[in-house]
Amino acid sequence: MTVDVVIAGAGIVGAACALELAEAGLKVMVVEWKIPGGGATAAGMGHIVAMDDSEAQFRLTRYSQTLWNELAPRLPEDAEHLPCGSLWVAADEEEMVECRRKLSYYNERGVTAQMLDERQLADAEPRLRRGLAGGLVTPEDSVVYPPCVTRYLLDRAKGLRALLITGKKVIAVRDGLVRLNDGSEISAGAVVNATGAVAPELTPGIDIQPRKGHLVITDRYPGFVRHQLIELGYIRSAHAVGTDSVAFNVQPRSTGQLLIGSSRQLGTFDPATEMPMLSTMLRRAMEYLPELAGVSAIRTWTGFRPATSDSLPLIGPCPGVDRVWLATGHEGLGITTSLATAKVLAAQILQRECAIPVEPYLPGRPC
Amino acid sequence: MLSIFLNGRLVQVPDGISVAAALLGAGVTAFRHSISGEPRAALCGMGICFECRVTIDGRAQQKSCQVTCCEGMKVDTA
Amino acid sequence: MTRVVVVGAGPAGMAAACRASENGAQVTVLDDNPAVGGQIWRGGSSAIWFQRLRKSGAEFLGGSQVVMADARAKTLLVERAEGFRSLPWDKLIVATGSRELFLPFPGWTLPGVMGAGGMQALVKSGLVVKRKTVVVAGSGPLLLAVASYLKSRGARVAAIVEQAPLKRLVGFGTRLLASPGKLVQAAQLQLSLAGVPYRTDCWVEAAEGEGQVRRVLVHGAKPIDCDYLAVGYGLTPNTELASVLGCEVSCDGVRVDRRQQTSVADVYCAGESTGIGGVDLSLVEGEIAGLAAAGRPTEGLTAKRRAARLFAQALADAFALRPELRKLCRPETLVCRCEDVPYQKLAAHSGWREAKLLTRCGMGPCQGRVCGAAAEFLFGWGHTGVRPPVLPARVGSLVVEEETQS
Repeated sequence: MTVDVVIAGAGIVGAACALELAEAGLKVMVVEWKIPGGGATAAGMGHIVAMDDSEAQFRLTRYSQTLWNELAPRLPEDAEHLPCGSLWVAADEEEMVECRRKLSYYNERGVTAQMLDERQLADAEPRLRRGLAGGLVTPEDSVVYPPCVTRYLLDRAKGLRALLITGKKVIAVRDGLVRLNDGSEISAGAVVNATGAVAPELTPGIDIQPRKGHLVITDRYPGFVRHQLIELGYIRSAHAVGTDSVAFNVQPRSTGQLLIGSSRQLGTFDPATEMPMLSTMLRRAMEYLPELAGVSAIRTWTGFRPATSDSLPLIGPCPGVDRVWLATGHEGLGITTSLATAKVLAAQILQRECAIPVEPYLPGRPC
Repeated sequence: MLSIFLNGRLVQVPDGISVAAALLGAGVTAFRHSISGEPRAALCGMGICFECRVTIDGRAQQKSCQVTCCEGMKVDTA
Repeated sequence: MTRVVVVGAGPAGMAAACRASENGAQVTVLDDNPAVGGQIWRGGSSAIWFQRLRKSGAEFLGGSQVVMADARAKTLLVERAEGFRSLPWDKLIVATGSRELFLPFPGWTLPGVMGAGGMQALVKSGLVVKRKTVVVAGSGPLLLAVASYLKSRGARVAAIVEQAPLKRLVGFGTRLLASPGKLVQAAQLQLSLAGVPYRTDCWVEAAEGEGQVRRVLVHGAKPIDCDYLAVGYGLTPNTELASVLGCEVSCDGVRVDRRQQTSVADVYCAGESTGIGGVDLSLVEGEIAGLAAAGRPTEGLTAKRRAARLFAQALADAFALRPELRKLCRPETLVCRCEDVPYQKLAAHSGWREAKLLTRCGMGPCQGRVCGAAAEFLFGWGHTGVRPPVLPARVGSLVVEEETQS
């Protein structure tokens, strides 16, 4: 069988790429080993946030956020899109300085942002502990339920003749011939590796490592928090290569349940919930929201973020392998940047213009 | 007998009764409402179905079938 | 001294605790209920076993819920009203029993519709049913016990509605001739239920009412007006704690060897959680687990266990659920009550994991304890792994202080 593109991995990134390429008229086949949207896509918080971590990070997340806002009215109800905004919380004066830097950064780039002083913070989120310095609200951020969005994107792609194969794995690619684990072979003009943290299995040697994260979901407490809450130390945690770290991050679902995160551990694929890590993460969360102590936690789970050395994803041709492309390495921003990733990838495959420069995300860049 | 408050109303109940049994005895049929707004009450009687949850003394999401009434307890249904 | 922790103070847990303590182990028995007895002996356990447990020296911790379990560190995290406790063990005996199997049908979410055992538990905890009309439905000998109990508390049992075919029940009845003790029990039940219609080959097709159940529609019979519907389709094992510990679990229960050992070293399992089998089987399995945990021989009880298992198998065969029960749902009938997921949404998926991810069925507080077994029966879907906490726990309880090396 012959197709234009085989996409390995039907997570949200693979699904977004599938739709983008199918819309461009290509014959697309998506191959998923387990359940579409069931890997890191399902494990994460589903937040959509414009990150000011670096210029390249900002461009990718901001562009993607714009695409999400355009898509939002078309999303089905089970995608649970909630435009709750984000609230970056500053614990002390040093973090307030950082908030002001963020504010001007966003203002210069047209992102709506608003500083909050101590009292305004308490008004915005009454359950945050007293004594915090203030914060920054970015109302254009939102949350979604990723597995259902992934299904929606795949359904649209299938409506444009894309094929979805589940229960099979791409195990080898050579000269445009894709071999699956059941022995079948597909001839493809291009192959996209969107398999997340296990991407090095298909394209060995690429700069991807698993970054394990824990999450907790609670029973329903409507109105407990109104925004996605993130501590400013989050960025530091996301950068802390080689050490385990936690950062306060709480997200409200439309049902009133709370998602509590976040934690990072490098280099392990053990899916077990680890008590010490969980404890550290929850202790951190309770430092900001003391009332969490009495909230009923109904489930914990883990996921593996695909992490690169420089915190930017790999979107582009796989070094040294003909006709193979990478679309992975999104760390904690896979949901946010899935839509823009599809555009950046499609621009390169189809050799057309892209709204943002593609260079910062090219695989094989020096780091 | 002891006194408890059911949705603000003072009610007399026998010693040792569970909050769920007290609610049912007081004619409360809906302990809470589901995600889509259906009235719900106790199902399993042993703490695994979570349908009987109410607020007890200000603490939300308590399983009423596993809590024994005590003097002055405040029970609120949602 | 070997530290043995027993989780669950029903018959199996009590028997295990007795035997382990009598044979030199230091034993702690936990239960989330305030008293021993589990479900079947709720509100008054067997006098013999209760006294034996008291004499044995085993410590009982009521109101204690196991939140997390670490098989490597050999500790349990236990939540109690006053806080939480870390409980270490040398040997762990899981005796977490069973829960009722609920099958969805139109109107099953109405207030006033409860489990059969559920209703019994509520009456035991103080629900007044004097002069109330109850329909007892579903399947299994539990229905008779519940109906008899409700009648003794002044309820008017309008009917017992049993799905099993009459001829299978008769076959089971003749087996009772081989067990005189059970025959006496059966005769006593029959006397206490004189005058209560017992309909076999029969099931509830729908519960109706505004805001609470007022009437049930019964297959092949006239609708019955009622105040309560007590409906349960048998029992299903509570395997969640064993799963979190990493034990091998099949759809019938936790896998154990002839000494009641699970696939995880130093973890034993006894009673209904290894497979539904009734009180006698639970007791002998508990005794074997207790002896094994205390390092004693268990061969002496093997024959007793075998006999109890045969009876349990006959029970399972007699009350096997019929296929018509898969067709009770309408498209809009809710299957997952925590997340309000209707039958038609679930039926669109090909497996439990996918259905969970896309419909959130089984992702609510009960974590599939009500809908999971139903989905298994309705669609043939298998289980998936269980994540901690074993039951919802306060966030504060999940934070353990850093322990110094022990």
